[in-house]
Amino acid sequence: MTAPAHYARALGGIVGREVLRFVHQRERFLSALVRPLLWLFVFAAGFRAALGIAITPPYETYIPYEVYIVPGLAGMVQLFNGMQSSLSMVYDREMGSMRMLLVSPLPRWFLLTAKLLAGTAVSILQVYAFLAVAWVYGVQAPPLGYLTVLPALVVSGLMLGALGMLLSSAIRQLENFAGVMNFVIFPTFFLSTALYPLWKMQEAGELLHFLCTVNPFSQAVELIRFALYLDVNLPALGWTVLALALFLGGAVYGYNPAQGFLARKTGGE
Amino acid sequence: MAEPALSIEGLSYAYGRGTFALKDVSLAVGAGSFTALLGPNGAGKTTLFALITRLFETPGGTIRIGGIDLRREPARALGRMGVVFQQPTLDLDLTVRQNLLYFAALHGIPRRTAEARAQDSLERLGMAERIGETVRALNGGHRRRVELARALLHEPALLVLDEPTVGLDVPARRAIVEHVHALCRERGIAVLWATHLIDEIGEGDRVVVIHRGRVRAAGPVTEVNRATGADTLTESFTRLTAKEAA
Repeated sequence: MTAPAHYARALGGIVGREVLRFVHQRERFLSALVRPLLWLFVFAAGFRAALGIAITPPYETYIPYEVYIVPGLAGMVQLFNGMQSSLSMVYDREMGSMRMLLVSPLPRWFLLTAKLLAGTAVSILQVYAFLAVAWVYGVQAPPLGYLTVLPALVVSGLMLGALGMLLSSAIRQLENFAGVMNFVIFPTFFLSTALYPLWKMQEAGELLHFLCTVNPFSQAVELIRFALYLDVNLPALGWTVLALALFLGGAVYGYNPAQGFLARKTGGE
Repeated sequence: MAEPALSIEGLSYAYGRGTFALKDVSLAVGAGSFTALLGPNGAGKTTLFALITRLFETPGGTIRIGGIDLRREPARALGRMGVVFQQPTLDLDLTVRQNLLYFAALHGIPRRTAEARAQDSLERLGMAERIGETVRALNGGHRRRVELARALLHEPALLVLDEPTVGLDVPARRAIVEHVHALCRERGIAVLWATHLIDEIGEGDRVVVIHRGRVRAAGPVTEVNRATGADTLTESFTRLTAKEAA
């Protein structure tokens, strides 16, 4: 049997590599930061006059729109990161370093989970950088909230990373990734509670409301939102964990050597 | 306990339905043997490598590494094998050291041991002074040497290489070929080396000729030549692969 120390070393190696790669890719960090900040500085600022948010949990007072949108943007950072690490998996696989990972003498579920944790660690670094800038800008949660949001970010980051991993096991080629951006990222983001609360969506229509409710990204955003304000949203936690289990299960299945998904994708000689 | 380092029996594989990429392939590579897997492009070499490295697996046939069944105990089997893939697999932005230590971590090698082995295996390949450089700064031949050093970090009994000299210039190719031959002689490592380049195969090597997914001949170069009635391996190869060419 493989020794626990082996697992620990491998996990350390995989997370360490991801963080090192992240540090080396400054543009990636910058774009991860600029994207939500644009939404905060431009989009939210413009909407401020039009859209204040009435009192709704976990908020205790009437809040400006910028305050509402920050947890959703934190979720967006993780959504993009999850898709980007899956992009890097598709790319890695073509480059061969994914193969290097998969020939390691460890169970495949462990390797994929470790890879997922590594991506999540990077996404959390990005979220904290974003939250720090938002703080300076004046969107400030309770100080303790920045600690309690951490476990929520771990769960949501894993869930969104697992979604990306599942997609990467199903996408044939790199080119199709632009399609994923259009057909996965944008709908996931817009059909969620990231930009508007659920009751706003209900005013807009029942279908929209339904789609926003069942979107796992909504659940992740609400989980983050409540945790940032020192509260636990148990249903959101439950749904997020359930989605994580489903996506991860699908990804492990997709990367299972007996499945032949990889065979069809690599296409042999 | 004279299990060959690699033994493959009755291996078949089909992409989709009907068309076999590999059909009933059997071969063995013993300790200290340099075995060339020789075949034209599209012969099934890459498929065979994907199966040996468990990128995917097949219900047809068995692969044993040092006697361990790859399907039943994949982790143990993979732990005894070093791999050099055809595509480059190094992180370009990381240093040589970081690349090697990452690999060592995947194999559960303690940090201190990993540092020492990295130094050692790079030295043997004349790359020790490059350890702190990023891979991007190295040329193709040097990158391949680093990959070779990496594949040896966990001291495998079997080394498999999939067309490892693709894209290298003549001196770099020769250096890699000679180094791997030396590994067989001096350290008793079993090597399976896939190639379509006959000049990479020495007189004393073993060869497995594969064509259209089937093994056409296997054995020491001299025996294969004798069996086909040819003077050189080039001639043997032409005869073995020409039969069904039309």
